[in-house]
Amino acid sequence: MIDFISALIVLIGAAFALIAGIGLFRLPDVYLRMHAATKAGTLGAGLMLLALALDAQQLEVAARAIAGILFLLFTAPIAAHLLGRAGYLSGSPLWTKTRFDELSEKYDADGRKLTGTPVEDLRRDATKPDDRAT
Amino acid sequence: MAEFGAQFLEWSIDIAYVAIILSFALTVFRLLRGPTLSDRVVALDMMALLGIAFIGLFSIATGEAAYLDVAIALALIGFLATVAFARYIYRGALAERRGADISDEGDDS
Repeated sequence: MIDFISALIVLIGAAFALIAGIGLFRLPDVYLRMHAATKAGTLGAGLMLLALALDAQQLEVAARAIAGILFLLFTAPIAAHLLGRAGYLSGSPLWTKTRFDELSEKYDADGRKLTGTPVEDLRRDATKPDDRAT
Repeated sequence: MAEFGAQFLEWSIDIAYVAIILSFALTVFRLLRGPTLSDRVVALDMMALLGIAFIGLFSIATGEAAYLDVAIALALIGFLATVAFARYIYRGALAERRGADISDEGDDS
């Protein structure tokens, strides 16, 4: 029965991995591609590790596999956020059919601060007033 | 029932191998094609994830749990590489915005 369940999880994970690959191939701009790679890709890898945890039926293996899954789930959003911001600031083009770009004009000339948000400083340079922005 | 389960697991693993290899091929296409550096970094991130999935599958197929450590180490390295590349792109973008050299940016790493 455990075999059956882990086989199903392996199949679902493989489907997610394949969908992530197709998304990376087909989607039109870097942000949409990141959406496919981060969510579906993480789920694909995580489900494989979950299947391994079920299949091994040993506590130490299952604990390591679940630690691996948690690590993936914690780091994927951080990596995607950093990449998305870096891509946006470096001027990766949006899809031509994008209708709203809520970030446009929100970054100051320096690319460091978002204006109009309560979080005044995105980075740790609050002590270093930036005179080049004005 | 138990035998059918084991057989089904073997088939599933074979199917999953094929799916991951296909996905890997599509990811390599994106890595080569670009068009921007961010696309390539996303593709590299995805390749690390596919490597983790592949190692997990291999570990199930062989019943050797030691490969799991490889997968976890690969997850760590993949995350660090993505963060480093993102910072690189971000610094390049900052330098370009202020029209200065990247090297005067060395105080805030």
